[in-house]
Amino acid sequence: MNSSSRQRRLTAAALTALAVAISATACSSGSGSADAKGADSGTYTIWDPYPQFDKSSAWAKLLDKCGTEAGVKIKRTAFDTSDLSNKALLAAQQDNSADLLIVDNPVVSTLAEAGVLTTTDDNKLDTSKVDPNLLAAGQSGGKTYGTPIGANTLALYYNKDVLKEAKVDIASIKDWPTLTAALDKVKEAGKKGITFSAIGTEEGSFQFLPWFWGSGAQLTELDSAEAASALSLWKDWLDKGYAPNSVINNTQTTSWQEFASGDYAFAENGTWQLAGAEKAGFDYGVLPIPGADGGSAAAPTGGEFVTLPVQSDTGRYATSQKLATCLTNTENLYETDTTLSYVAPTSEVQDKQVAANPELKPWVDAVKAAKGRTSDDLGTKYPKISEQLWKAVQSALSGSKSPKDALSAAQSAAGN
Amino acid sequence: MSHTTQVPHRRPVPRKSGAAPTAPPPQRRRPSSQQWAAWAFLAPVTLYLALFYAYPLYRNIDLSLRNYTVRSFVQGDAPFTGLENYRIVFDDPTFAPALLHTVVFTAVCLVFQYAIGLALAVFFNQHFRLSATLRALFLVPWLLPLIVSASTWSWMLNSDSGIVNAALHAVGIGPVNWLTSPSWSLTSVIIANIWIGVPFNLVVLYSGLQSIPTSLYEAAALDGASAWQRFWRVTFPLLRPVSAITLLLGLVYTLKVFDIIWIMTKGGPAESSTTFATWSYQLGFGNLLPAFGPGAAVGNLLVVAALVFGLVYVRVQRKQALS
Repeated sequence: MNSSSRQRRLTAAALTALAVAISATACSSGSGSADAKGADSGTYTIWDPYPQFDKSSAWAKLLDKCGTEAGVKIKRTAFDTSDLSNKALLAAQQDNSADLLIVDNPVVSTLAEAGVLTTTDDNKLDTSKVDPNLLAAGQSGGKTYGTPIGANTLALYYNKDVLKEAKVDIASIKDWPTLTAALDKVKEAGKKGITFSAIGTEEGSFQFLPWFWGSGAQLTELDSAEAASALSLWKDWLDKGYAPNSVINNTQTTSWQEFASGDYAFAENGTWQLAGAEKAGFDYGVLPIPGADGGSAAAPTGGEFVTLPVQSDTGRYATSQKLATCLTNTENLYETDTTLSYVAPTSEVQDKQVAANPELKPWVDAVKAAKGRTSDDLGTKYPKISEQLWKAVQSALSGSKSPKDALSAAQSAAGN
Repeated sequence: MSHTTQVPHRRPVPRKSGAAPTAPPPQRRRPSSQQWAAWAFLAPVTLYLALFYAYPLYRNIDLSLRNYTVRSFVQGDAPFTGLENYRIVFDDPTFAPALLHTVVFTAVCLVFQYAIGLALAVFFNQHFRLSATLRALFLVPWLLPLIVSASTWSWMLNSDSGIVNAALHAVGIGPVNWLTSPSWSLTSVIIANIWIGVPFNLVVLYSGLQSIPTSLYEAAALDGASAWQRFWRVTFPLLRPVSAITLLLGLVYTLKVFDIIWIMTKGGPAESSTTFATWSYQLGFGNLLPAFGPGAAVGNLLVVAALVFGLVYVRVQRKQALS
């Protein structure tokens, strides 16, 4: 009895010691892998926001291929998009940045402001083929901080069955009044009108911007009459029941799920939902978002930039530049943007994409008309403006303020 | 909040305390092996406390006293600005509503969680058939991951397709915009949080009830006390110490509630459900351009609030022990 309990205690002690040892080694190997540079100078690290792609994916294979061409080994880490900017800032603080950082375009100006990124003057990255409206999102103070790997933007998906039932001719929708009239017809027919995302985050601003810009408003003047007209358009849709009240809390994903239920005539969503649209089980079409008085509204550009963070060892830039060039050359861009369901940033590849899949045509047009959120040299002013903009949208749609009051409060809070 | 995400990259504190056991006090003789053992036992916990509590707290205070921009965050040369961040926070138009929401949220949640928890505890104390099973079922909200329960609540309370509005419709009441109307959003998150907090109160109060001797109830019954009187004259006073710690712990948990609110409403619409916890996160991480300083300042205000109530509790406790 006594000896068995002692034995048990010994076993417990041994197990504890073993556990401590294991966790200690686990810790050390963990901190080793968090070290972005590693001891081996022949290994280059790449951080990307595509956690959906694992080792066997085309994307990961492309990275390895580019590494082999440049004669180095690639170590890739995938982060969640919302996580990546904070991780990049922390890594830069500890002088431990990745060699190549692929990051959402509105974050580029923030990272550039923090001094984390090299300019194309320093890293000799060639951006001459990229569409200027897309490149603008990565420019700030006259300097360029990277090159887009692909672009996406917003347009209106429509459900052909619902429109047929409501006797709406899609060709009749040219501007806001005709769109509102179509929504009214849909509602008369007992179906639901339109769904979008007006959530209190960057997503909400992203979705509101096509209407905001489509009215002729500018981000530097949130309290203009044009801006108020755009917000009133959304508010009226909610009041009249053309759009569900739940848009106030909808993310773009939940909004898409509403559309995929088949009850809605329209949904404002992005290129990345194309694959989902095929699966939705009804006939759909895509329409550029109309401007207030006709024409297509400028939608904001989404998509990532390939950037080269600042390194203490400047000798690494040459190889990093080779890697970035490899990732964004015509052939590889086509592959990558097809996997990501993005529109390519260069006309050459865009033509190739449309030739392969004519359904991409409206998206390519939308991307050509699109505008970077941080463009117009807004840079790091944009995040502040955007926060006030989504707050104004939320205030107006939830009825706590009129569109005009909400926007003038936003303008004074943004202080521009 | 923000202090939990600060990775300790410089470690001045632990090194000092780690060295302490090896330096014997000069005036005394060699410490006995027992003393060595005592130090050895003390070292891990001291190291742990310093590394995971003292240092992050220090960093958070430091963050709140400097003017951090993204640039100075990376370069590490943020200028010391004293209480400027706190002034920014106090002057912010969000401050007053956030304070009010935090107080209302905490107070209402505490009252209902405690009252419902106590009622259920008394109920289950009667040991009827299946009471153990039923009691176990009541623990479910506590066991579910918060992301699951909060997402479920937000589906149920959805304006257009939620089950709650469907039920209201069935009994002839019009739909309520639970999560999307400024007048209802705070109520909705309070309801969800009460549901999550009841099991904790139930468990602690139930175990408190077990320690009240049944002879007291028998004596009270013999003296002709009604059930109501027995509760107020016997149960409630004898449960006071347990109630005090339940309420204090509940207060600390409720003050810092973040996940439920963030998942259900993001503090909106129009900041109508913003509390200090969500505001702090919003400032530090909810924007592409983080405002670490003010975010840390709001976090510190929360820590101070919890600390004040903790001290009040200790004070009351001491008074009770003396009397």
